[in-house]
Amino acid sequence: MATPKKKSNDPKTTGHSWDGIEEFDNPLPRWWLWVFYLCILWSVVYWVLYPAWPMVSGATSGVLGYSSRADVEVEIADADAANQVWYDRLMSTDLDAISADPELERFAVNAGAAVFRAQCSQCHGAGADGLRAGSGFPNLLDDEWMWGGTMDDIVTTVTYGIRNEDFPDARYSEMPSFGRDELLTPEEIDQVVNHVLAISGQAHDAALAAAGAEVFDLNCASCHGADGSGDTFVGAPALNNAIWLYGGSEADIRATVNNAHFGIMPGFTNRLNPAQIRAVGAYVHQLGGGQ
Amino acid sequence: MWDYVKLIVLAAVAVLAAIAASYARDLAYLVHMMIFMLAAVAAFLWQIRHMGEAVHNEKEYMDGVIRYGVIATCFWGIVGFLVGVVIAFQLAFPELNLALLEGFGNFGRLRPLHTSAVIFAFGGNALIASSFYVVQRTTAARLFGGNLAWFVFWGYQVFILMAATGYVLGSTQGQEYAEPEWLTDLWLTVVWVAYLLIFMGTLIKRREPHIYVANWFYLSFIVTVAMLHIVNNLQIPVSFLGSRSIPVWSGVQSAMVQWWYGHNAVGFFLTAGFLGMMYYFIPKQAERPVYSYKLSIIHFWALIFLYIWAGPHHLHYTALPDWAQTLGMTFSIMLWMPSWGGMINGLMTLSGAWDKLRTDPVIRMMVVAVGFYGMATFEGPMMSIRAVNSLSHYTDWTIGHVHSGALGWNGMITFGALYYLVPKLWKRERLYSLSLVSWHFWLATIGIVLYAASMWVTGIMEGLMWREVDAQGFLVNSFADTVAAKFPMNVVRGTGGLMFLTGALIMCYNLWMTVRKVGEAKPATAAVAAE
Repeated sequence: MATPKKKSNDPKTTGHSWDGIEEFDNPLPRWWLWVFYLCILWSVVYWVLYPAWPMVSGATSGVLGYSSRADVEVEIADADAANQVWYDRLMSTDLDAISADPELERFAVNAGAAVFRAQCSQCHGAGADGLRAGSGFPNLLDDEWMWGGTMDDIVTTVTYGIRNEDFPDARYSEMPSFGRDELLTPEEIDQVVNHVLAISGQAHDAALAAAGAEVFDLNCASCHGADGSGDTFVGAPALNNAIWLYGGSEADIRATVNNAHFGIMPGFTNRLNPAQIRAVGAYVHQLGGGQ
Repeated sequence: MWDYVKLIVLAAVAVLAAIAASYARDLAYLVHMMIFMLAAVAAFLWQIRHMGEAVHNEKEYMDGVIRYGVIATCFWGIVGFLVGVVIAFQLAFPELNLALLEGFGNFGRLRPLHTSAVIFAFGGNALIASSFYVVQRTTAARLFGGNLAWFVFWGYQVFILMAATGYVLGSTQGQEYAEPEWLTDLWLTVVWVAYLLIFMGTLIKRREPHIYVANWFYLSFIVTVAMLHIVNNLQIPVSFLGSRSIPVWSGVQSAMVQWWYGHNAVGFFLTAGFLGMMYYFIPKQAERPVYSYKLSIIHFWALIFLYIWAGPHHLHYTALPDWAQTLGMTFSIMLWMPSWGGMINGLMTLSGAWDKLRTDPVIRMMVVAVGFYGMATFEGPMMSIRAVNSLSHYTDWTIGHVHSGALGWNGMITFGALYYLVPKLWKRERLYSLSLVSWHFWLATIGIVLYAASMWVTGIMEGLMWREVDAQGFLVNSFADTVAAKFPMNVVRGTGGLMFLTGALIMCYNLWMTVRKVGEAKPATAAVAAE
């Protein structure tokens, strides 16, 4: 193994050698040492200014009186105070009258959009389009509403949610699992699936669909309506258009008739204050399909 | 007599593991017990075939275990980099979380597999193998403890297998870089204590009057990692027949202990340990004396004293009290120069040998490693400043920082060491191809630059988008908006990772061909035997 080579103008070494490795006896680089001292000095000054060293009954508090928790509380209080006049106006205006006050509506939509981004976008998508067709999360941009699309309806849905166990006032309904629970025979399911394909304007088997009309009338019409246009009172979606919560292909519809779905939305009354709920209602209402 | 004791112990372990496996309460525990059983049976069979063999020659270095360590380093490196590339593309294209792999191959399961594979499997094997090599050469003594070194090597591989299978099967305590559950933790403790014994024992029986600086760093790494590992994993198993356990720490104490552990895993595993590597292989490859003995001693003690305090900077603006955050931050700032001491000593060792950068791609690799070390150890203290951290925390900037350190410093210095070690360990006269080393160098370097630069861009963008509020104080972007905005940079990051992986594959080929095709070194250049 080659030994490290030295040159004539090299500094002195310490005289040690390990496996041929020697060490020069160079001093500490001055700039290095001074920057090190400077960092230490800076730290000591910082300790004087800010909370730093734990003592017997609490830490040194620093001469600046800094507290990250107190600072953020002040910032939140300031922001709330700045908007308080608007929140008061939002709470004192009739829900249906908000849209008649352009200034107030602008504020509510802005505030509601922020709430939506933090609380709702996880399921409904950042663009409120329900993430993708058939995801099971409703698209809020269109004018089809399962539980109603007036300001009052939307605010009620946000407040108590849907089919959750947290609020007795949560919206509730349950579609039977016609196939799994053997409420319909496979033949009848074939027929009713083709009927739904027919009323939603899709390719279908005409003979099966004709037979399915009767099955639909006896089993489905009570909620979804005789013409399949749905009923917001029981949260039954319209079936006579191209909007599908869980997919509209023959296989998707068959799966829904067989096993049903039980989509849940949490209630937000404990997470948001009433003004925030009104604001997010106003935001959703103006997205495209508010009634 | 001693051989019979070993046989009885191994047989007992195999039987007990088989019994435990049959009563296992979960799949991960079952798999772990099967691994124990198979390992014990393999060791038992090996022992029977080697009964009563001659004692090792004390006058020879123990290099067989280091050769295995080099192979394991290469193998786990490729595994770790590959999983990293996969999860990078899973982040860019979520569809790659294939439904087929749901439950064991999705991002959440693979991410700890990647981090542990590169840090503990690739980095750990590199550290163990190189420390065994360095400590023997610089003490002029054979490793202490006979076959104990083999136990450490194979025991460590068993630990890696247990950790990896545990992650994929969902056995994790959810603490970053300390995910393995109690059984794996206990096993690692046994292996690590054996490692410490070997290293200390070799230092004690050294034939040199002084202990070389590389060994201080290696020793501090071994001792501190043992302490960190034990304190952060104090836990009570739910059942001795299942993999779950409950940690003794909770709440903010748990967070503090975790990041005291986590930051010092970086400090002592990825910094101190690899500085040990640097202090041997750079002077050797450059054929120059170390720049300054004084600097090495001052920066060593400053580094290990200051590093241990820096953990709280991972918990800025959390439930951790302000005073602890302040200490974490100021000690990180003070740590800047002690970290740079290693960089100065590494780079300045080359003064007088700068011409080698033109001709020797291996030394180029080591220099770039030290360069990335310097960058990462400047960036770290900067990011620990509370105001900077309020922007950088939780963003990809952190990921970029970690990777400029891990790929640039740990990866490159390890590659340099491997290129140095393989011809020495297999007694070859040279590497198979220097131009392949150059290819590796450029692929890896450009890959790291792509990785780090793209993560700086997304990190800062993400931080700015998260904190963006309008004039009335309302949030402007949803989280999903920031994810969508990161897409192009996520692709760049994956591409950088792919280049780094390709470089490593070229290295493995080159090292393989070195062993297979290059002629034996002449005795004059063979390793000097211990006297």
